[in-house]
Amino acid sequence: MTLGVVVFPGSNCDRDVRWAAEGCLGIPTRFLWHEERDLSGLEAVVIPGGFSYGDYLRCGAIARFAPVLQEVVAFAERGGRVLGICNGFQVLTELGLLPGALTRNHNLHFLCEPTDLVVQPGRCSWLQGYGAGEVVTFPIAHGEGRYQAQAEQLRELDDNGQVVLRYRRNPNGSVGDVAGLSNAAGNVLGLMPHPERACDAATGGIDGQRLLASLLG
Amino acid sequence: MLTVQGARRREGDHSHRDQRHRAAEAGLPRFNNPRGAQVPLFSARVLVSLRPSVLDPAGEATRAAAARLGVDGVSRLRIGKAVDVELEAPDAATARQQLELLSDRLLANPVIENWTLELRDGAAAEA
Repeated sequence: MTLGVVVFPGSNCDRDVRWAAEGCLGIPTRFLWHEERDLSGLEAVVIPGGFSYGDYLRCGAIARFAPVLQEVVAFAERGGRVLGICNGFQVLTELGLLPGALTRNHNLHFLCEPTDLVVQPGRCSWLQGYGAGEVVTFPIAHGEGRYQAQAEQLRELDDNGQVVLRYRRNPNGSVGDVAGLSNAAGNVLGLMPHPERACDAATGGIDGQRLLASLLG
Repeated sequence: MLTVQGARRREGDHSHRDQRHRAAEAGLPRFNNPRGAQVPLFSARVLVSLRPSVLDPAGEATRAAAARLGVDGVSRLRIGKAVDVELEAPDAATARQQLELLSDRLLANPVIENWTLELRDGAAAEA
C-alpha cells in the first residue's frame, strides 16, 4: 500500500500529508512531481493544498493541465482512490472529476480556523471510518472555498448521496453548506477542510486520522 | 477588430516573435521556419465575467468603497478580467476557432463565468 502525493510548484501541504500518512499512521508515501507520469504501485493519490502554479488565472486552472494529472484522471477512472484537499479540491473541479466550482469566500476573508463538519459517508470509500451524521473537527485555511453549483445540480448531488461533508456553521457562503463532495462511484473525494492537519495529537485533534486510515482497511 | 499584422509589427513591441521577424528581415533564418513563410498574426481581447447568478464579493466591496469616495448611486459593480491575446494562425476562421477553444477551456470556467471574444473585425462570439 503506497500513497502518492502530488507536488506542484506552489503546493504547501504536501509534506503535511506525508507526515499525517507516514509519520502518524505508517502509510508509505511517495511524492509525485507535477511532470511525472508514473503512478505504478500506488493505491491512492492525494492532491494537496497550497497554491498550485501560483493559482494564476483561477485556483487550479493551470494545474489542470499538469502531466501528472492526466494520469490521475485515468487512475480515477480505473477506480483508483483520489483525495483532493483544499487547492486539491479546486483542482478536481477544474479537472471535471467533481462538479461545480470554488469561488471567493463571501466575506472576502482568508479563513483559518477549526470547523465542525457533519459527515454523511454514503459510498465514499475515504469516509467509511465515520458514522452517518457524525460531527468531526478539521481546520480550514482558504480564501476561495465558497462552493458554487446550480440549484438543480446540487439537488442531484444531494439525492445521490455525494454531499458527504457539510459545514455545521457555514463559514464561507458555500451553497448547501457544502464542505466536501464525492464522485458517484465514491472513489474520489474533494474537500476544503484539511484532514491531514487533524492527525497529530501534538497539533490538536485527530479526527482526520480515520480518513487516511481508510487506506489501511 | 480582427487584424492581420503579418511581419510588420507596432513600434515598441519587443516580443520574441518580433525579434524573429527582425531576424528574418536581416536575412537570418527564422527558427523552425527555414523558408521564412509569414504566418498571419491575429489579435483579440477575451472578457471574462462572473455569471450573473454568482456572488461577486470583491465587486461588492469595491462598490462600498465607491460610496466612501463620494461616488453615490453605483447600483451595480462586477469585476471580471480582460485577457489580450495575439495568435498566429493560417486564416481568420482557424484563429477564431482556436480563440474560442482557449476562452472556453482555459481562460474562463463556464461553471461560474461567461466570456466574450472581441475580434477586430467588429464581430463578437459569445458563450
